[in-house]
Amino acid sequence: MNEPLTPEQTELYRARQRGRNRVLGAILCALAVLFFAITIVKIAGQSAGTH
Amino acid sequence: MDSGQTLPLPAEWRDFFALTKPRVMTLVIFTGLCGLLAAPGSIHPVIAFTAILCIAVGAGGAAALNQWWEADIDAGMKRTAARPLPAGRMERTSARDFGIALSAGSVMVMGLGVGVLAAAILAFSIFYYAWIYTVWLKPRTPQNIVIGGGAGAFPPMIGWIAVTGDITLMPVLLFAIIFMWTPPHFWALALFVQTDYAKVGIPMMPVVAGETSTRRQILAYAIALLPLTLVPWWIGGTGAIYGWSALLLGLVFVALSAKVGLRKSVPGDGMVPEKRLFGYSILYLFVLFGMLVIDRLATVQGWQ
Repeated sequence: MNEPLTPEQTELYRARQRGRNRVLGAILCALAVLFFAITIVKIAGQSAGTH
Repeated sequence: MDSGQTLPLPAEWRDFFALTKPRVMTLVIFTGLCGLLAAPGSIHPVIAFTAILCIAVGAGGAAALNQWWEADIDAGMKRTAARPLPAGRMERTSARDFGIALSAGSVMVMGLGVGVLAAAILAFSIFYYAWIYTVWLKPRTPQNIVIGGGAGAFPPMIGWIAVTGDITLMPVLLFAIIFMWTPPHFWALALFVQTDYAKVGIPMMPVVAGETSTRRQILAYAIALLPLTLVPWWIGGTGAIYGWSALLLGLVFVALSAKVGLRKSVPGDGMVPEKRLFGYSILYLFVLFGMLVIDRLATVQGWQ
């Protein structure tokens, strides 16, 4: 059962985690920008009385 | 990895990306974008981008759910055995959760950012693909592709509705065109990979009804598709640029389908007409929808 990971396995494990974290971070940042942009467009539309 | 390993290696992000079927997604993005660009009216570029993003992510979520459900079937087919789940590079629950997250997220953002109707149709299209097609129809009936074609037919309709906010005849026609296009497109593929589908017990038309019947039906759908693609022109929804393109493209489609529909394959003939029809069917859809947008642009510019 719970055998300790070899240094190589640990490194691979961490590398996978790092890769996933980076991609997830990029996606979250992009979503934040998108939501900001949508909000601005909606507010601008409403204050202009078009929507 | 050792079999005694209790800490599973996290799946690579690339495998999550592969779950979304990126190649299918390109067609989804393209047809969705065409529906959006061809629709009358205007839409803010940010909202348009959001709509296309949601259509793509929703399709990706549905594809992930499809692969979660079909992991065992995929393992038995050469074409799909290397996918992340059958190849053992990812846990099944990860794929399921990923699919649910993408589906729910895309519907939510579509509803808040674009419109309730577009979000409702997106939600229905995901349900249609992941449940009605994958779980319910695909293993049960050789008509699976006919009805399942509906799943791929939603993107241009959603794109159109993102602009107009209501359902009119035109988005329904775009839906119907992809709906009728799917059977000849997919059965051409099924003809040259039929041994794979037979092995895993999926009732594809060539396996159940036989090759001759499938070939006839390919031709029948291709013939029915031709006048259907001309209806947008006849009702005045599009101009002559689209109309003549659709006629020309459709005639070639019928000609290639006739070659497939009226022949009988012999062992070792390489299934060349079937492969050619499959390849052309993809080009056909790209060009047909591309012409829809060009036609709209030409009308807006006053060129026709």
